Amino acid sequence: MSAMRALLVAVLAASATLATTAAPYAGQNPPLPATAVTLGPPGAQSPFESTAAVTSNNKIDDIVFAQLKRLNLKPAGSSSDAVFVRRAYLDVIGTLPTADEARTFLDDQNPSKRAALVDRLLERPEYADYWAMKWGDVLRIKSEFPINLWPNAVQAYHRWVKTAIRDNMPYDRFVRELLTQNGSNFRVAPVNFYRAVQSRDPLAIASTVALTFMGTRTDRWPKERLDGMSMFFSRIGYKPTGEWKEEIVYFDPDKAPAPSAAGVLKQPVFPDGTRATIAPGQDPREVFATWLISPANPWFARTAANRAWYWLMGRGVIQDPDDIRPDNPPSNPELLDYLEKAFVASRYDFKALQRLILNSATYQLSSLPQTATPEAEANFAHAIIRPLDAEVLVDAINQITGGAEEYQSAIPEPFTFVPPDVRSIALGDGSVTSAFLETFGRPPRDSGLASERNSRPTASQRLQLLNGGDIQRKIQQGPKMQALLQAGGGGQPFIVNLYLTILSRRPTDDEIKAVGGYVQSAVGNPQAGGGARRQAALDLAWALINSAEFRYRH
Amino acid sequence: MALTRRDVIRTGIVGGAGLLLADRFGPRGWAAAPAAKAKSIIQIWMWGGPCHIDTFDPKPGAGSDYTGPLDKPIPTNVDGLQIGELLPLLARQADKYSVIRSMTHGNNAHESASYWVQTGRKPGDRLVFPGVGSVVSLLRGYNVGYKGLIPPYVVLTQLQGRFSESGFLGPRFAPFATGSDPQQTPFAVQGVITPGITEQRQRDRRELLHTLNTFGNALKGQPALDAFVQSEDQAYELILGDAGKVFDLSQETNETRERYGRNTFGQSCLAARRLVERGVPYVTINFQGWDTHKQHFQTMRQRLPWLDKGMSVLLADLAERGLLDSTIIWWGGEFGRTPRVQWEAPWNGGRGHWGQAFSTVLAGGGFKGGHVIGSTDARGEEVRERPVYPEDVIASMYEQLGFDVNAKLPNPDGLDIRLVPTTAEGAQPIKRLTEIM
Repeated sequence: MSAMRALLVAVLAASATLATTAAPYAGQNPPLPATAVTLGPPGAQSPFESTAAVTSNNKIDDIVFAQLKRLNLKPAGSSSDAVFVRRAYLDVIGTLPTADEARTFLDDQNPSKRAALVDRLLERPEYADYWAMKWGDVLRIKSEFPINLWPNAVQAYHRWVKTAIRDNMPYDRFVRELLTQNGSNFRVAPVNFYRAVQSRDPLAIASTVALTFMGTRTDRWPKERLDGMSMFFSRIGYKPTGEWKEEIVYFDPDKAPAPSAAGVLKQPVFPDGTRATIAPGQDPREVFATWLISPANPWFARTAANRAWYWLMGRGVIQDPDDIRPDNPPSNPELLDYLEKAFVASRYDFKALQRLILNSATYQLSSLPQTATPEAEANFAHAIIRPLDAEVLVDAINQITGGAEEYQSAIPEPFTFVPPDVRSIALGDGSVTSAFLETFGRPPRDSGLASERNSRPTASQRLQLLNGGDIQRKIQQGPKMQALLQAGGGGQPFIVNLYLTILSRRPTDDEIKAVGGYVQSAVGNPQAGGGARRQAALDLAWALINSAEFRYRH
Repeated sequence: MALTRRDVIRTGIVGGAGLLLADRFGPRGWAAAPAAKAKSIIQIWMWGGPCHIDTFDPKPGAGSDYTGPLDKPIPTNVDGLQIGELLPLLARQADKYSVIRSMTHGNNAHESASYWVQTGRKPGDRLVFPGVGSVVSLLRGYNVGYKGLIPPYVVLTQLQGRFSESGFLGPRFAPFATGSDPQQTPFAVQGVITPGITEQRQRDRRELLHTLNTFGNALKGQPALDAFVQSEDQAYELILGDAGKVFDLSQETNETRERYGRNTFGQSCLAARRLVERGVPYVTINFQGWDTHKQHFQTMRQRLPWLDKGMSVLLADLAERGLLDSTIIWWGGEFGRTPRVQWEAPWNGGRGHWGQAFSTVLAGGGFKGGHVIGSTDARGEEVRERPVYPEDVIASMYEQLGFDVNAKLPNPDGLDIRLVPTTAEGAQPIKRLTEIM
């Protein structure tokens, strides 16, 4: 592992020497294009931006800033520490920082505290939970319809994925294991890849493989190409055991290829048009995996690198991240080339790739655009805001209030019991859910497409957060909210604490004034009862939870 | 800015993602073949399985082992049609509905029978099919121009369970369950009304939210937050504005509320009428308590009068308002009950599950009233003539709604699945309820 890291460090060092010539936006900014919407300067009081100049941190920035300069797009300012700490926690471990964590980071005087935080977060146990959730979406890990894994296999599969992530298994090995294993779905977890498909037809499996590891949708492929690829998956055997829902997935050399493919072809063909040679008795899946994960493969590392970028930045260099095709070019080809090369050079070290992105000034830009155009967004001139994932939102609300989630599962048996204090990002099974998770756009895990995670805000989401019984109960009765209130409801330390708890920052002077006014008028109201101060404090918590600032990762 | 699914379908822009989504949810082949008579369905779901003999298929000649104490069926305002003695008010409305006495599927398990009756599909298929409500929500909901703030598929008040309403159509087409109890004032519909928070405090809080909107203000005018701002306006339309008032039953006169019956079912019927009046295409009233293995007759004496009052007034009220012609009332449960009373311990006068023969009632929305379809034998045990399967009822309702039953249902596998089972799937041919259409 350390050797791989050393390799990446070498790559980074090489890019750092290039970077010294850059620092493009430390001084004067280029003129704005006439059509751009410009915003006023954030001013010293802005809780969202730092006054520090944006300078290049690594090769990513050199490439991104050079392109922005070419396009005459002005990058946003650098994010404030408060924005960064919240963003990094949410993006790396899917978890809101606690008030203490936020405070410690904000008060830390170490100039390299951002890099240090990134390193710490990448080693947190929640990291594995959160990224197993992301991969669970891609790999469609759920018990029932249209994926028929069933609970035992789901648990084995999820545990395997999570362990691989925790141990930072090199990505090429991860994929090879998913594609080539033989054995029981309960014992040899990666074989579930071939069960978490909507159909066991070789064509359908080939489509799934192409989508998952090549970021490509085969519905636009010429028929011969999919036929050729499907031949690699035409000798997969499935056989039941005495155990209920246990199945052995294995290479079956005697299996006749599916008639649809056999009519056209005798031998499999790689998607790049090269004919494969399969020795007698050789598992064609092995041959395919070797081709797929070869550094020369134009799809493999590129898809992974683009997906890593998409997950952290909210938009792929190629968008959507699973729609790579010649007529959907990357917004910045040089950037994607670099990410891909860095990934390969690190021997497919996913964490190192994430670290590289997280430490870039590009990732750390503010989300307040200097130029609010689709072009600026596509070129990463500012951070892209996006609603919190449903699971992350549930966990954040429960962390703030001390509430718990009630999960249910549509699977009749074996009954899956999930204790209410299990965090939503740690759920392995896409069939275990809650009404809240459904409302907030948790993906059904039917297809593995990134677009399944629908995070567009809806009226019913707002109803639930503004006025739903659950959220009211959590705010009014959650033990952590109670403790916060008891530590001084209404006073200034309480307000600061609440802001740190919910928004991971301290309130501005204006906000303290506004809140004070609200509390005053509530308490001063002649009809107000004894609980008026407490009620006003609860209203404040409610308002912060309902703010765009909380709802969005920004 | 990404296109919404609806944009993609409307404008016909079919890119990579669009192709897939359009394929999955698009209107391909949805042109309504028959003229639509019905606009809405109110499903009165008799959760647990109501007894056919004690309601719409009385068998006075079968003896007290079958009738129990309820052995005096009553005439209705339709010549020759008799129904159970505990339904006198419904007897006076019989010209408005028709009774199917020959329902059958032979399935005695709650889960699979509920599934079959509400999806029209035999259980056990690899696919989980959507119920009628979700199909209506697909074909009459937001994808096809429904603009209401109230979701197109509402359940009063608790989900039925035992059955995944939206099946493979996914959570987008799942019902909105109101929760709470319409008998209470206020009817605290989940998310719309929160007891203990006055309207004034709602307004104060909204103002506070806007005052503290530091981030939103920093991004003011940016399209990135458009959807968020819009969703708040819509939500407050329901919380503070007019849209949510549909659930405010106190807007009705006391007399009207009394007329429907001051119980959960009666007030649910009233809420259903108000929802349909405002264009909601599918409302389920989930009426629980019909799984009467024990204390059967006590339960009938308690609950049938609620049914009688609520449902008869619903029929009359819809008719008075001119809404019955466009609203289907679909009454029934997952099966009937054992015709022969189980007097022995531990049942001591109960009735078990009976999927061999049971009754369903249809009214309005183009269905003729005052008819009886099919019959059972002298003891109500077997269908004697004109067996009707759940899919026959569902297909007939779809036809009244103007749905082309041969249209394809979008599904994640892209399989050729029609609105109702086809002979190609191995199903027997659909027999439409031509007698009442």
